[in-house]
Amino acid sequence: MSEIPSELKYSKEHEWIRLDDEGKVTIGITDHAQELLGDMVYIELPEVNDTVASGDETGVVESVKAASDIYAPISGKIIEVNEELADAPENVNSEPYESGWLYKMTLGDEADLDDLLTADEYAELISDE
Amino acid sequence: MPFIPHSEIDLKQMLDTVGVASVDDLFDEIPDNLRAKGLDNVPKALSEMELGRLMNERAKQDEGNLCFIGAGAYEHHIPAAVWDIAMRGEFLTAYTPYQAEASQGTLQVIYEFQTNIVNLTGLFAANASLYDGASGVAEAVLMAVRANRKAKTRRVLIAGTVHPRYRQTTKSIVQSQNIEMIEIPYDSETGVIDMDILSQYEDDTYAAVIIQQPDFFGNLEQVDALTDWAHAHNSLLIAVVNPLSLAIYSAPSEWGEKGADIAVGDGQPLGVPLSSGGPYYGFMACTKPLIRQMPGRIIGKTVDLDGKPGYTLTLQAREQHIRRAKATSNICTNQGLAVTASTIHMALLGTEGLERVAAASLGNTEKLVQKLTSIEGVELVFTGPRFHEAVLRLNKPVDEVLAALAEQNILGGLSLKRQYPELGEAMLVCATEMRSHDDIEQYFQVLSHILSSEPQS
Repeated sequence: MSEIPSELKYSKEHEWIRLDDEGKVTIGITDHAQELLGDMVYIELPEVNDTVASGDETGVVESVKAASDIYAPISGKIIEVNEELADAPENVNSEPYESGWLYKMTLGDEADLDDLLTADEYAELISDE
Repeated sequence: MPFIPHSEIDLKQMLDTVGVASVDDLFDEIPDNLRAKGLDNVPKALSEMELGRLMNERAKQDEGNLCFIGAGAYEHHIPAAVWDIAMRGEFLTAYTPYQAEASQGTLQVIYEFQTNIVNLTGLFAANASLYDGASGVAEAVLMAVRANRKAKTRRVLIAGTVHPRYRQTTKSIVQSQNIEMIEIPYDSETGVIDMDILSQYEDDTYAAVIIQQPDFFGNLEQVDALTDWAHAHNSLLIAVVNPLSLAIYSAPSEWGEKGADIAVGDGQPLGVPLSSGGPYYGFMACTKPLIRQMPGRIIGKTVDLDGKPGYTLTLQAREQHIRRAKATSNICTNQGLAVTASTIHMALLGTEGLERVAAASLGNTEKLVQKLTSIEGVELVFTGPRFHEAVLRLNKPVDEVLAALAEQNILGGLSLKRQYPELGEAMLVCATEMRSHDDIEQYFQVLSHILSSEPQS
């Protein structure tokens, strides 16, 4: 059974979203997603300062089995990417919610958060798969 | 596997089953502007007998001529062992085989080929080959536009001294992806790109700058300054190179401060016969950060469970069978046989052999230039440093002179009238290590005679 921290928000594309006190948003892929994909070999991240809309492609996670697109779960500007993943993509497997984070964004519109899933809703989504 | 063509009835049944009216309807998701509009210039099909006769006639045209043409395809000596080994049944396939890992020998050859290309270009990794030099440039452009996300542009600069056919092919391939190719004119005095002209391009951004070394005229470009200029303007530098020249000139990885980002070229000079224009093969190498954007197959070396070395297809997640529409590689290893021959050729010649072939070709071309320019009415157009080709201008119509030479079984050079009309009655000549003192003397005698005689018409 994969881990689904209750304090995070989730997207249907298996991303997690953490909102901090300063209104910044950190994004990663869920434990369930990394289990499905298998061992990560390469993470392609967006460019800092790119402005993206919810649903835009922001990168690619490539495992030994497959390469999957990652999408912006909210609209806003990319403010930081996890440079360490260039040399340690396996962090996405070992700590998907900690050192395996992908990138950070500004929150353009708080209403975007309402479209995201709660931990319970996400748990239900993946149990239906 | 039997070859069973579909009858009209078969076709109708299949179309009815899937519920479409015609075969064309199956392709209706391809937008109209991306479709090739008919193939009007393709002649009617020939029977096997007619085709055999045609090919024999064509092959005869190449026999018994003394060749002083280069321009991208060069007559070099190929040791007899090269194709004798390459034609063995175990090697005799154009592709990487299906169930690739079952064919360790084939994979090992390709791995050694990649290693050779890496050694010649100095870059981090090479792929298992491309179709030819021209399509290699197009693939490099697509790759650079994907990889250079900082530039945020689909414009690419290409030197006017890059092979004209490579420029045409690249334009044809990349235009449907809305990539704009902008040509940098060459300096008419020197036949290379003048650094001063680049100031015209400083206000715009370009995903890549493409230069050829030696350039189409055989001249040596200022690759260090050009590479640094490209990098200072956030462009990637694509190096188009003759692999043989790398035996004596600096590797693309050493150009300027940071080196070229991508190197491509045609592998023909390394063991592939002229054969009326093909098949040849292209090669490509790149720096480490670009490797996941590199198209084509890559063979890797690994160890099995017992620790024994083995070879395998690697980085396949870039490829079309996995990434589908998002693939960064939509190209396979169609030229495997030419690559096999080339790998054997490089192994037989070794570093020293390649250096000697390159140096002898350079030396023979200098002899040819000296000899021919001693004829009244022949002048050397560009006098800077060059490899094994040179542009000569005649005081008579070049096409007529070349036709008169061909009647004497001398392929005297490539007329530049169509591609570079501003150069006047100019031709591009080349003398590889194959051209003996006597060959050059013969060319000299016949050309002297043609240029001194009165025109017939």
